[in-house]
Amino acid sequence: MDQILPLLVAIPLGAAFLIPILVRVWRRFPDILGNLSTLALLVMSLLLVGREPSTYYMGGWRPPLGINLVADGLSVLLLIVISSIAFCATLFSIPYMEKYTSKSRYYSLFMLMVAGMNGVVLTGDMFNLYVFLEIASIASYALVAFGTEAEELEASFKYMIMGCVASTFVLFGVGILYGRTGTLNMAHLARIVDRDGMSPAILFASALFLMGFGLKAGMVPFHAWLPDAHPAAPAPISAMLSGVLIKAIGMYAIARFFYVVFGMDGLTSTVFMALGLLSMVVGALLAVGQWDFKRLLAYSSISQMGYVMLGLGIGTPLGVLGALFHLLNHATFKGLLFLCSGAIEHGTGTRDMGKMGGLIRGMPLTGTTCSVGSLSISGIPPFNGFWSKLIIIVAAVQAGHYAIAAVVVLLSFLTLTYYLRLMRHSIFGDLPEALKGIREAPALMGIPLVLLAVCCLSLGLLYPVLKPLLLGPATDVLLRAGDYIDLVLGG
Amino acid sequence: MKGMSLIVRTIARVVTTFIFLYSAYIVVYGHITPGGGFPGGVILALGVMLLMLAFGREVPLRKLPEGRASVLDCLGALGFWAIALLGLTAGYFFLNFLGKGEPFRLVSAGTMPLCNISISVKVGVSLFAVLAALSIYRRFYPPGGEPPEDMSGG
Repeated sequence: MDQILPLLVAIPLGAAFLIPILVRVWRRFPDILGNLSTLALLVMSLLLVGREPSTYYMGGWRPPLGINLVADGLSVLLLIVISSIAFCATLFSIPYMEKYTSKSRYYSLFMLMVAGMNGVVLTGDMFNLYVFLEIASIASYALVAFGTEAEELEASFKYMIMGCVASTFVLFGVGILYGRTGTLNMAHLARIVDRDGMSPAILFASALFLMGFGLKAGMVPFHAWLPDAHPAAPAPISAMLSGVLIKAIGMYAIARFFYVVFGMDGLTSTVFMALGLLSMVVGALLAVGQWDFKRLLAYSSISQMGYVMLGLGIGTPLGVLGALFHLLNHATFKGLLFLCSGAIEHGTGTRDMGKMGGLIRGMPLTGTTCSVGSLSISGIPPFNGFWSKLIIIVAAVQAGHYAIAAVVVLLSFLTLTYYLRLMRHSIFGDLPEALKGIREAPALMGIPLVLLAVCCLSLGLLYPVLKPLLLGPATDVLLRAGDYIDLVLGG
Repeated sequence: MKGMSLIVRTIARVVTTFIFLYSAYIVVYGHITPGGGFPGGVILALGVMLLMLAFGREVPLRKLPEGRASVLDCLGALGFWAIALLGLTAGYFFLNFLGKGEPFRLVSAGTMPLCNISISVKVGVSLFAVLAALSIYRRFYPPGGEPPEDMSGG
């Protein structure tokens, strides 16, 4: 059963290199192989749910010498997020990517990105994490530029420059930690930090990590690349970037390092809360004035990731639970909304909300699912966004941060405002003359929309089932760092 | 005329042989001396780069067109991947199931030399493809023409 862990990285990696060869045999192979791989990943990550945390030694070398893979609650939660959104995105890509040339390169890069993200969430080795981070990032730079128009190239260039700076920060951090402690294994490092305490060098390395991973997570003030890069990419890639990538290589790495390896203290907690609040406020204020459908969603991602960061900053069991639940929920509704934006662009040929309106009459399925996504992200009960925001607000109140709780409530109204505006201008209202002939998106684009809309509705209602199976174990990983060390190094 | 002068071309023709030989040495001896698949692959690509500079990009591209380079590049990566997967059948992913290395012996170290060879193919051909792409797409506008409006602004 543990043999699944390396396969979670090996399958997408193998698919990435098989696709460019097999496309010469048959033109449809990229579609088939891409979808089969993501389906296999989804099944395998679901198989890991509810199982005891396990660890896998690459090549049979034991830590702290060898590289090990760890599947604990937090990794499994992220694996499920990655593979479910990746499956929906590949399914959506079959009809959507027809308008681009070279589908095989698209799938190849997509699979590399998935392999990188799976590697980041599974690995127990810092340098290995950096390598997987780069695999995922570099694949995403190329995917953002996939349209090769001036806008895409500019966005990709900006993303690449800022992403490289972030990766360099992470590499410096890894170098400092290795020089200081002589280990690259995260559990071993956690034990050393626990024994010797935080020295100034380790504190400096943690600041580098916060900047590096914070940039990948799109936290304000490191967010400038995100509103360009996410809208410029093809819609399924936007869904992957906003829905998954910023969480897997940004938020997950922050949570893993600061909770499990370095250990949380008052200072880190305050910094997290400040970054979270700043991202929430700035992201939401910038989203309000946007007329570009996808750009609005991108700014909203910054704001919503602020909620996750805030929850992690509060640091109480309820706060962490709320943060992880919001992370899961955000993947579903932001994935859904970006795929909807793709379906709308496919049907109308525009992303400008000023030229849309009344789309629900021409595209009832897309309109309905887009409304579900908007209501979920705005925090309307009974959709899933409401529950996770509620948990974060309750956690803030319980921890005595009344002002922060008030800001979160106010920002939820602001979120509702700009999503109501989005719905008013695109889905409802009058259908413009130019769009009279629009038709519903093809069935293969509709299926992922329905799947994700069902998730938006059911994740909130299924919370009593989700908590013991998925969210509880993930929260425990962050709150009981000792378990991780014991799991990897043995008691 | 494509390429550089007769002197450069003659010397490049002679030197390239040695560069390729050196690259093969670095790859094959990777497990017992400093070196390995990555540096060997880079040296291989640098040899091709010399050919490209001396004879013009058509000469190496005629031997290895882009399409075939892409396939070879993927095959190199798949070779490495397959070796790791074979280890899985023997117990662990990446397990060296063919036995351990002996100091100063060329035919030893199990899967390591095989890994080095696949990496050298991957790296060498990838870098060749990068060089080819850089030389093919170096111009964004037709030769002799002015750059179009939207490109000149960056």
